[in-house]
Amino acid sequence: MLSILNGLLAPLLTTLGELAMLAWETICSIARGRVRGRLTLKQIAEVGFGSQLVVVVTGAFTGAVFTAQAYFQFASLNMETAVGPVVALSMFRELGPALTGLMVAGRVGAAMTAEIGTMKVTQQIDALRALAVNPVDYLVVPRALAMFISMPLLVVECVGLGVLASYYVGVHVLNINGVYFFANVQRFAEGSDIMMALIKGFVFGGLIVFISCREGLCAKDGAVGVGRATTATVVTSSLAILIANFFLTMALNILFPAGQR
Amino acid sequence: MIEPLIHVQNLVQRIGSQEILRGLTLDLFPGETLVLLGKSGGGKSVFLRHLVGLMRPVSGSIVFEGQEITKLKERELEPVRRKVGMLFQDGALFDSMNVFDNVAFPLRERGEKAVAVIREKVAQSLAMVNMAGHDHKMPVNLSGGMRKRVALARAIISPPDVILYDEPTAGLDPIVSDSINRLIRRLQRELSVTSLVVTHDLVSCNHIADRVALLDGGRIHFLGTPAELQETRDPIVRDFVDGRSGETVY
Repeated sequence: MLSILNGLLAPLLTTLGELAMLAWETICSIARGRVRGRLTLKQIAEVGFGSQLVVVVTGAFTGAVFTAQAYFQFASLNMETAVGPVVALSMFRELGPALTGLMVAGRVGAAMTAEIGTMKVTQQIDALRALAVNPVDYLVVPRALAMFISMPLLVVECVGLGVLASYYVGVHVLNINGVYFFANVQRFAEGSDIMMALIKGFVFGGLIVFISCREGLCAKDGAVGVGRATTATVVTSSLAILIANFFLTMALNILFPAGQR
Repeated sequence: MIEPLIHVQNLVQRIGSQEILRGLTLDLFPGETLVLLGKSGGGKSVFLRHLVGLMRPVSGSIVFEGQEITKLKERELEPVRRKVGMLFQDGALFDSMNVFDNVAFPLRERGEKAVAVIREKVAQSLAMVNMAGHDHKMPVNLSGGMRKRVALARAIISPPDVILYDEPTAGLDPIVSDSINRLIRRLQRELSVTSLVVTHDLVSCNHIADRVALLDGGRIHFLGTPAELQETRDPIVRDFVDGRSGETVY
């Protein structure tokens, strides 16, 4: 029993320790100004601009389908006008950040691991080190900065499109009164909801970038190893986002309590 | 007496349960070209990686220009690494950059901003390895020999004190191998660099070596000139030089 526990716990603790060390080293490098502007801009384009399609589709269709489902349930209670605020609050507080995080983990996180992992197994990272260039400064810092800047914006974009799609489906397809829909969204959604979305986006961005970069930097055993690392990134990032989402919700609800309007 | 540029003492390295280096001791003197011979998988490349801190030994010491480097942290190794150029076995070119950007990389990373200076130095470096005119090619479109030449151009663009070559002629045809050998000699002559060449190519060894060392069983088994290597009666050296595996053919 003890050996099984040890077999499960030891790798988990090692991974967590390595993630914490990578995050600490990255933060120290950023604090000391070891930032490469061009590489960071390139990564912002990759993370932010490159994720537009998935974020737009995810946000819009989640808002639309959630609106339809909420309407079908609320219509029997004559509460159709509550659909707007329910969708908006859910998108701001939960669905927007979590779904954006999951989509970005699949698209960007996997690409980061594949790129860094390939560099690792083809000795390009050794070449960086031999040329006196620190791999954390060169590879992780630009990606981390890009993720910290882009993720909150992507979350807001996802939420915004979700609410817009909700308005369109609710008002133009399901014939909810547009004035009530809009007024109720305004009444119930607050600045604190936007803050919650931004904070979650920031934290999820950090989880994705550090998990992805660590998996890439630890990749071994050639192409098979890179494939394994990429899969591990998507699985670990997705699970980390879902688990962290719960704890963040509990913690942020203390800072920004819901239902106090 | 000349002080060694690199002094390696009792280096021990294990990978898993296998002891790769078992107390390797070797000196590298300024300006010389030392060729390290040995069987494939014998630990030659592992040894080379220790000299730039890419691997840490289990025990033993490496003194580079009077400074013990095995205990240095990653960032403390950077000044040492700036004095060393390393040619990896397959070149290890950055596959997201073209030839020009690969060669210019060390200059840019060391703060050179002037485009004209970068362009001139890259052109000089590429000309030195006979790769002028290939600036815009991507590494994936280069042959093995061309990749090694570009990697060498990258290694010498900020003239190093020492160049470490990991199997520079492995997998190349005899003509390309000869041109790489000539290039190593030329670099030694023109840049006065100290070179350590890891190989199992005896033709290459005879062409470029001032001294030869043979790594066997994780230790330096033989150390001498190329002529002494040819003349020795030591059975292990003879097997290696004459290409005898010792296996019986049925």
